[in-house]
Amino acid sequence: MIHLGNYLALSGIIFSIGLVGVMTSRNVLKVLLSLELLLAASNLSFVAFSKFNGDYAGQLIVFFVILVAAAEVAIGLAIIVVMYRRLSTIQADELKEMKW
Amino acid sequence: MVLINMINPLLVWVAFFAPLVACVLITLFFLRSKTSSSLIAIAGILTSFVCSCLIFTQIFQANPPAQLQQSLTWISFDALTINFGFLINPLAIMMLLIVTGVGSAIFIYSRGYMDEDPSSPRFFAELSLFAFSMIGIVLSNNFIQLFIFWELVGLSSYLLIGFWYAKPSAADAGVKAFMVNRLSDFGFLCGIILLWSISDIGHGRSFLFTDLTAVVPHLNPHILTITALLLFCGVVGKSAQVPLHVWLIDAMEGPTPVSALIHAATMVAAGIYLLSRTFFIFGSSPTALLVIAYTGAITSLMAAILAIAENDIKRILAYSTLSQLGLMVLGLGLAGPMQGMYHLTTHAFFKALLFLGAGSVIIATHHEQNIWNMQGLLKKMPITGITFLIGTLALCGIFPLSGFWSKDAILGLAFTHNTVLYLIAATASGFTAFYMGRLYFVVFWGEPAHSHEVHESPVVMTLPLIFLAILSTIGGFIGIPHYLFPQKTPEELNVRVAIISSIVAVLGLGFSYMIYGKRTASDPLAAKLGNFYTVLKNKFYFDIVYGWYVDHIQQNMALFLSRFEKEFIVRLCVGGLTNLARQGGKTFRYLQNGLVQFYALIFILGTVLLFLLMYH
Repeated sequence: MIHLGNYLALSGIIFSIGLVGVMTSRNVLKVLLSLELLLAASNLSFVAFSKFNGDYAGQLIVFFVILVAAAEVAIGLAIIVVMYRRLSTIQADELKEMKW
Repeated sequence: MVLINMINPLLVWVAFFAPLVACVLITLFFLRSKTSSSLIAIAGILTSFVCSCLIFTQIFQANPPAQLQQSLTWISFDALTINFGFLINPLAIMMLLIVTGVGSAIFIYSRGYMDEDPSSPRFFAELSLFAFSMIGIVLSNNFIQLFIFWELVGLSSYLLIGFWYAKPSAADAGVKAFMVNRLSDFGFLCGIILLWSISDIGHGRSFLFTDLTAVVPHLNPHILTITALLLFCGVVGKSAQVPLHVWLIDAMEGPTPVSALIHAATMVAAGIYLLSRTFFIFGSSPTALLVIAYTGAITSLMAAILAIAENDIKRILAYSTLSQLGLMVLGLGLAGPMQGMYHLTTHAFFKALLFLGAGSVIIATHHEQNIWNMQGLLKKMPITGITFLIGTLALCGIFPLSGFWSKDAILGLAFTHNTVLYLIAATASGFTAFYMGRLYFVVFWGEPAHSHEVHESPVVMTLPLIFLAILSTIGGFIGIPHYLFPQKTPEELNVRVAIISSIVAVLGLGFSYMIYGKRTASDPLAAKLGNFYTVLKNKFYFDIVYGWYVDHIQQNMALFLSRFEKEFIVRLCVGGLTNLARQGGKTFRYLQNGLVQFYALIFILGTVLLFLLMYH
């Protein structure tokens, strides 16, 4: 029997992996990928709650999240393309013109 | 008592504002025209004078005489109501007559005196402003309005003393007069506020004289004494009593008509008038009265002694003004507003006369003011000489001129109440006769010996002299005390006092004739008095002590405060705050390093912190 806790633990692990990825990857593509992990982790916990609560509210939200994620990826990739054109690189730490 | 239909209020308002209208007209349209400016100013003051005469007759139609108050609410907060209006009673109308009557004579005289001055329109504008302010003091029915006009009078006095502002001594004298008066007016203002704050006995607080008259008997006598003394501060400054008398002597730097009008006849008398008008306050505090009486007596004696060593004709008269003002204050301090105001009235006549006579002499001798450079002017200028003699004798208190009656009223009061004060005042009278005799003998006696031509002054100047000489002569017979205080019966002339003071006056004149009857090149008194003469020359060191105080103590205090302001307030408080903001900004802007992932880190840490705080 799989408990809710197991799902949430798995979700937490994936979320942490995503967080570390967001903060440590220098490649912007990888940052974008890690962001997808964060979203996936939260989706997982939503679905788990939905199952254990016996209603569909959680699943409904997951659909929204997937929708938003698609849009986010589209914009994110567009930004990366522009960035590559302007700076010829997609390293995140090269992108620091807007500082003090 | 209040018979409103007896007096036409419109007349009072016209008398009040006519000089102001003149002042505004001159300032706006006639600053370049000598003739029209002087005519407008004279028309303004004459209008006031005629109105005052009409009001005078209306007031005394009723028996007992009417009094009238009109009051507009000017400013009104919760508990604070400030009115603007007038309260006219026999005392006020007499003062109004003096101000406008003597004022008219002096305005007309000024037309001759200021004829050569290119900026005489400005002079007439300022003179009209003064007349307006002075009338304001006389008519005010509450303390705040009175204070405003009190300050306006100070301002116009400052403007007129410094009329020849290009002359440094005149400019300095104006500033000095203004500063000394400011000092005393601070006390005056404190007194007004204190009186207002304690004036609530169930009907709310008030500045109105009529309300305060009813309130004063119910007040705590100790606080009332403090109030009276604070109010007296204003008098000490404006009426130039010891120790704030120093400005009046220097004020002689102004044009002579100004000295006559402002610094002899009217403005300096405002203090005496204030004491009389609000005597219901002073009269209920014996301690304050005693202080007032002694201040007056000391001023009277000191100024009379100082006058014997002075060589400037106007300054001698200024000392004599001080001395006579002291005598009036003494009269008030002996609970005799009638006697004080009586002397004020006659003094206004003969002192204005003396100053105008001095002005006539000064003009004739081409702006010579040292009496040792004049002699034998009686033969050259008979009208000036004779009217001046009348003024001199009136001032000395020779029977039957006006000064005799009014001075004896005060001396008689002192004789019956306080022997010490009587002796001081009688001594002062002796000195008065002496220095006035000295002045007259030196300037007018002997053979004329002037290298340059000396002529009698024009009619426009001698006419006011004659007018004032007549008033000085008959001033004792026209029943002034009755008009001032119709309720009181004038006291009988104290014959013993009258004889003693006549002897003293004649003795003073006789001594001066012994010393100055024969012409000498310089003052023979200088050698006889020796060191004391030096003390007199230095005016009892008042100016030197004040100068030292200002230079060393006040200047250092001001420097300290200035440093305190610059270092502590500006640099530390204001500058400190800006520096804090600037340094804070400098430090914290390095957080803004442009790295997206650093921001993400901060964001995550912040979220974690929030969670910790929420679920702790």
